[in-house]
Amino acid sequence: MDTAQILVTLAGTGLVVFVVWYFFFGKRETKAAMLTASGVQEISVLVKGSYTPEIIEVVKNKPVRLKFYRDETSSCSEELVFGEFNLRRELPAFETTVIDITPTKIGTFEFTCGMNMLRGKLVVR
Amino acid sequence: MNADQSDPVISTVTLDISGMSCASCAAMVEDALATTPGVQKASVNLASEKATVSFAPKQVNVEMLKTSVESAGYGASEIKHDGNRAAQAEATETRKLAEYNALKRRFAIAALLAAVIMPLSMTMLFPSVEHFFHQTIGMQALNYILLVLTLPVLLYSGREYYVSAYNTFLHRAANMDTLIAVGTGAAFVYSVVATVVPALFEQHGMKAEVYFDTTATIIALVLLGKVLETRAKGQTSAAIKKLIGLQAKTARILVHGQEQEIPIESVVVGNIVVVRPGEKIATDGEITEGSSSVDESMLTGESLPIEKTQGSSVFGGTVNKTGRFTFRATKVGSDTALAQIVRLVEEAQGSKAPIQRLADKISGIFVPAVVVISILTFVAWFNLMPADVRLPFALVNFVAVLIIACPCALGLATPTAIMVGTGKGAEHGILIRNAESLEKAHQISAILLDKTGTITKGEPTVTDFVILGELALRGKTIQLAASLESNSEHPLAAAIVNCGTREGVQLLPVSHFMAVEGKGATGVVDGKRIAIGNTKLIADENIILTQEALQTAERLIANARTAMFVAIEGQIQAVIAVADVVRGTSREAVAALQARGIEVVMLTGDNQKTAEHIASEVGIKRVFADVLPQDKANAVKQLQAEGKIVAMVGDGINDAPALAQADVGIAIGAGTDVAMEAASITLMRSDLRDVVKAIDLSRRTMANIKQNLFFAFVYNVLGIPLAAGLFYPFTDWLLSPMIAAAAMAMSSVSVLTNALRLKTIKL
Repeated sequence: MDTAQILVTLAGTGLVVFVVWYFFFGKRETKAAMLTASGVQEISVLVKGSYTPEIIEVVKNKPVRLKFYRDETSSCSEELVFGEFNLRRELPAFETTVIDITPTKIGTFEFTCGMNMLRGKLVVR
Repeated sequence: MNADQSDPVISTVTLDISGMSCASCAAMVEDALATTPGVQKASVNLASEKATVSFAPKQVNVEMLKTSVESAGYGASEIKHDGNRAAQAEATETRKLAEYNALKRRFAIAALLAAVIMPLSMTMLFPSVEHFFHQTIGMQALNYILLVLTLPVLLYSGREYYVSAYNTFLHRAANMDTLIAVGTGAAFVYSVVATVVPALFEQHGMKAEVYFDTTATIIALVLLGKVLETRAKGQTSAAIKKLIGLQAKTARILVHGQEQEIPIESVVVGNIVVVRPGEKIATDGEITEGSSSVDESMLTGESLPIEKTQGSSVFGGTVNKTGRFTFRATKVGSDTALAQIVRLVEEAQGSKAPIQRLADKISGIFVPAVVVISILTFVAWFNLMPADVRLPFALVNFVAVLIIACPCALGLATPTAIMVGTGKGAEHGILIRNAESLEKAHQISAILLDKTGTITKGEPTVTDFVILGELALRGKTIQLAASLESNSEHPLAAAIVNCGTREGVQLLPVSHFMAVEGKGATGVVDGKRIAIGNTKLIADENIILTQEALQTAERLIANARTAMFVAIEGQIQAVIAVADVVRGTSREAVAALQARGIEVVMLTGDNQKTAEHIASEVGIKRVFADVLPQDKANAVKQLQAEGKIVAMVGDGINDAPALAQADVGIAIGAGTDVAMEAASITLMRSDLRDVVKAIDLSRRTMANIKQNLFFAFVYNVLGIPLAAGLFYPFTDWLLSPMIAAAAMAMSSVSVLTNALRLKTIKL
């Protein structure tokens, strides 16, 4: 092994460790939906490369309004799938798409992009 | 309510306001809105970032309200709920078309430039051309030309991939764009270094090769794949678009006797709507005047037009054929049958099939995993190859791995087939509640059919009208019997009246009518005393029951019929047999189910003998007789205990618990009352053959999903090692990143094309 090979091997190993740590063990942003005067738990979600916040906390049996604003044109985020609520919605770019649901059971429900690569969670307490 | 009242003088709209950071911002937006001419009231909620505005639509519109907010320095967009679905769908279509055209433009630029870059990069294949460039401008200058040509491909055509990859990376996520951006980005950066400082390579004994052609071609091919994918994806939702498109845009209503055309959103319950021949019916309602035949095939799949008279229900989206009529609107907007069907199909298309779980798990870790494999590929080849070629060799394989990997094919495999399958079902009046139901239906091994209303028509019908008296005239006897029974409310009486209607007799007035509970009815028609009933009534009336009449009745009863005697002026003239007749299509459907290896079992409250008679008529071998309505669910449990996957087919009236207990609950003959909560599959027509169609659809869709998943898995499982050069030591096989790009683009398109095949299957 020459110097270049040693450097490439070390850098490669470092990168692999970084990729695994960065994508699988990072901290995710959590935010609770805010209860409005009309009794709706409301939260705005920014769709840009991912969902911000990624984890949304709500309480059971109260209507939830999720306002997804898609701030990009990348086709990866053009669809939103919420399997638990039988929802598949298109999110037009640079527009707010309102999704109204009422979770009736406690649990963690995933929402994803159409191809299941971008993920967010709705935590119902 | 008339149109004048329904025409809103004041409209209310809710706007999403962006850019507000404090209470004074909210006050400014409120002020901007309130001072806009035509605005009656505006209230802004800072916490929810919303403005609710009441305004006079004649003076100001939503666009003007948005402009007011924007001129105050904030952003505004309208929050849209269930309004006019057809208009929304149209707007979506327009937007998608614009996006598609932009995508085509980006592809055209990339393809055009790649077509120039490619031959310029291949001069080494033609020594004389290479010599010419060496002699004239030099190779480095040629590389600069290639760099300049590649820049627009990256910055215009492929820009979205880099922006998206960056945004995604910031959020610790990765997607398809990440792979394309890293792959092409690495090839581009390498080439730029080789162009600007070739000495860096040459001093290490390497040739300063550039890969601008790879970069440009990959982006062009990926965009080509995207163009094809977008086109095909549009077709997967064609069925739902067709359903939404059925909605009428306007309605002609009667206001003080005058016809007035108004937008469909303005129609309210109670409006009287006028429908001319050939017109689309605007909303759901009940005919108040006139009659016609209506084509309801678009909703129910029933190809024959349905006769409609005063009092009949009509449904929005169906087409009036022959007559002119008026109807009273009973349901509007999201309450109509069409809106419910659209909602049901949309929900089914949004649901996830259990079979998708594995693909979901894989796609969740797919991109980072591929990035790891590509890094390992680079390191491995850098260590294994000779010093003069190891860097380009490692780079090419690194890029090939990133580009060939296609998580999209995995992601598209199941949902696209579900979308096409559920849409296909809706076209045939088969509404599938969710993907799980569709998946379960292909495993059905036993099917439990509720007799009444499912195998049979569910309403008593006169099957035999046996005339006994020699001098009796058949027509006259039917007329007298039907006339008497028209005064009775008993279901058997309705059968006799229907028989009279079928025979075309005119009903006569009845006097001295008397219904005798549990026995029959008596009365005077046309001056004659008539008695219709069982042996008890005949005995009460002191009428002699002849041997011939008795034998006829016994023969009919033996055939699972209910027999009634008709006496005219104290003499028995006829025996009427009434039965709940088997639908014409039931036998064929049972045979078709059995041919698919499914055990067909009948369920009924009738006694064993009657039940077996009906069962044998349609070819069913196993029967659950004497089952009380509340015990139907237990019959389902019994079959499930035998290890069977059970489908229960019922009309949904008193079998909801059984439908819910079954693995697949199928409600039959829902007509346009589609909100059948307990059923996993709702059939709009009362035709058992649709059960066969639903099962066939499920089997075909599942087969399609399995093909798609198999293809997507195998493609990646073989493609990635091939691109990594795993086979190179044994076979000399290496994959050019450009070929990898072509394969990747085609893999998603293949999955979509396969899913679209479901549209053409014959049910």
